[in-house]
Amino acid sequence: MTEATAAPAPQALRPPRSQWRDVWDQFRTHKGALAGLTVFIFIVLFVAVGPLIWRISPTASPTDALTLIRSKNMGPSWAHPLGTDQLARDLLARMMAGGKISIAVGLTAMALSIFLGTLVGVLAGYFRRLDGPLMRLTDLFLALPLLPLLLVMMLLFRDPIASRLGVEAGTFLLIVSAIGITSWMQCARIVRGEVLALKEREFVLAAKSIGTPPRRMILRHILPNIMSPIMVAATLGIANAIITESALSFLGLGFPPDFPTWGRLLNDAVDLMQETPGLVIFPGIAISLTVLSVNYIGDGLRDALDPRIRGR
Amino acid sequence: MLDAARSKPLVEVRGLKMYFPIHTGLLRRHTGDVKAVNDISFDIYEGETLGLVGESGCGKSTCGRALIRLYDITAGSVKIDGVEIGQTDQATLRPLRPKMQMVFQDPQASLNPRLTVAEIVGEPLVEHTAMTKAERLARVYELMDAVGLNRRFANRYSHEFSGGQRQRIGIARALALNPKFIVCDEPIAALDVSIQAQVVNLLEELQDRLGLTYLFISHDLSMVRHIADRVAVMYLGKMVELGPRDPLFSEPLHPYTQALLSAVPEPDPSLENTRQRIILKGDVPSPANPPKGCAFCTRCPKVMDVCRQAEPGFREVAPGRFVACHLYDTTNQKTAGRTGASEASPQTYQQGEHA
Repeated sequence: MTEATAAPAPQALRPPRSQWRDVWDQFRTHKGALAGLTVFIFIVLFVAVGPLIWRISPTASPTDALTLIRSKNMGPSWAHPLGTDQLARDLLARMMAGGKISIAVGLTAMALSIFLGTLVGVLAGYFRRLDGPLMRLTDLFLALPLLPLLLVMMLLFRDPIASRLGVEAGTFLLIVSAIGITSWMQCARIVRGEVLALKEREFVLAAKSIGTPPRRMILRHILPNIMSPIMVAATLGIANAIITESALSFLGLGFPPDFPTWGRLLNDAVDLMQETPGLVIFPGIAISLTVLSVNYIGDGLRDALDPRIRGR
Repeated sequence: MLDAARSKPLVEVRGLKMYFPIHTGLLRRHTGDVKAVNDISFDIYEGETLGLVGESGCGKSTCGRALIRLYDITAGSVKIDGVEIGQTDQATLRPLRPKMQMVFQDPQASLNPRLTVAEIVGEPLVEHTAMTKAERLARVYELMDAVGLNRRFANRYSHEFSGGQRQRIGIARALALNPKFIVCDEPIAALDVSIQAQVVNLLEELQDRLGLTYLFISHDLSMVRHIADRVAVMYLGKMVELGPRDPLFSEPLHPYTQALLSAVPEPDPSLENTRQRIILKGDVPSPANPPKGCAFCTRCPKVMDVCRQAEPGFREVAPGRFVACHLYDTTNQKTAGRTGASEASPQTYQQGEHA
């Protein structure tokens, strides 16, 4: 058995290779994840590089009434590949500008909520003394009616923050933190449960017998093993954040009307859905594609990070 | 081996108690304790293997874990190599950790599935030494050689190995810091019989080579007979008997040890037919509510009135042989216990059966 093969074979000995190479190798074998990554990169390029090529302003509207009436709510044409909206603004340009804000809000709010959720969950699961207070805090947040809370937050803080940081940065910061602060609870609960189960595993005890301090125990042994549920929560969180932002914009408490976001485009177009379906379809497709591609990326990443699945 | 080991105790345990609190009711009030380890004292001498046997749930593993302070013990003192570690907090304990290590029962569960073998074996080195990456890798290879693992396996993950190989990884990790004392918590229980022999032989070989001291926890009596120098028997959180292996196996003193040893199958069929099994009646009492007096009094075939009243002391009845039983109180003669049935009260005595 092992004794028989234990003869030194120096040519076969490689130093341990970087784990991230293995992760990338496995990620590449996941077709859905690769497709998701491609789509997501395409969308990011579309919103980041697109405006440099398609130079029509997303907020420019014809000044005289006749042109406005003539050119509003048009279907796709060469001048406006995705058509125009009810104020004759170019939908392609608006999609680009709106996507930038929507994706930024989605990613940042997700990151914030995952960070908060994981932090609370790990602390509650690992340190018995913190479990009670932190989980009661989580329950408290879950019991809050979120939409009214968000509205009150916006109402109270929007103007002071906007006056200090500028309208765009201020609203962005406020929306991201509002969404992040109100959506970490699911993640915290999932993470706490996983940590509680993991804490009793023997390898954690083994690490304790070596004298691993709690900080390294969490970072090295616990967090990597609860990656899967965190990843799932994260990918779902992006979709959730984009949709919450659009709901806020719809209620008039998100970004101001002249800042297009995908959610706002969608909401603005709802009334005109039957005349010009393109106004609903294109932002809808953009949101769905982003969410789907991020989901697939998360799926592939989760598989790639698990050595038990890797290499199959 | 035994004579040389007599030199000095490496581990001294005095009055070790490990209680797990029970919280019940709406207010989660502390209503009792599971007395997993209830006031036990023993020594482990340098270079010896102390076998710790007992049935499931008698507190063997808890005792092993409490010894190296994986738990915060309720009371008692544990000295390892002359240093008291019984009540020290985990941070102060950390520099002492390299001296004592543990091999776990389930080789699958005791290895982090997200780490490679090199990372698992190298982890104690990261924690306690200032080695560079290259030095660490060299030491990991050295350890893998010592436990008979191919060096090429260093980059693999634990799920890619068989049970026996995983246990070797666990042993390599325990050896990484050159410990003096290793608690082997049923290291062979989860393995095939053929692999058990390999792992036990490996443990013995490492002991000879590195001068290790083992606390070998097992419920496999034949394996303990093979590897241990002295054997301790536990029942319901108490140590009932402790003695050198051969006398203990040939002439068990405590009625529980007698019953336990009578359950070992005999390979010779002609002897097997004449083997007298002592079948114990009833179940083990709950460790949360142990009986008054001797812990074994509810099932003991030789129970006496005094057993239900007073707890027997754990005392040396012959050189090196400790037993906790009223049969060996100075008023009683040793022969009474050895020959068996004479003193047993008839209503509790289980007739020996032919297996």
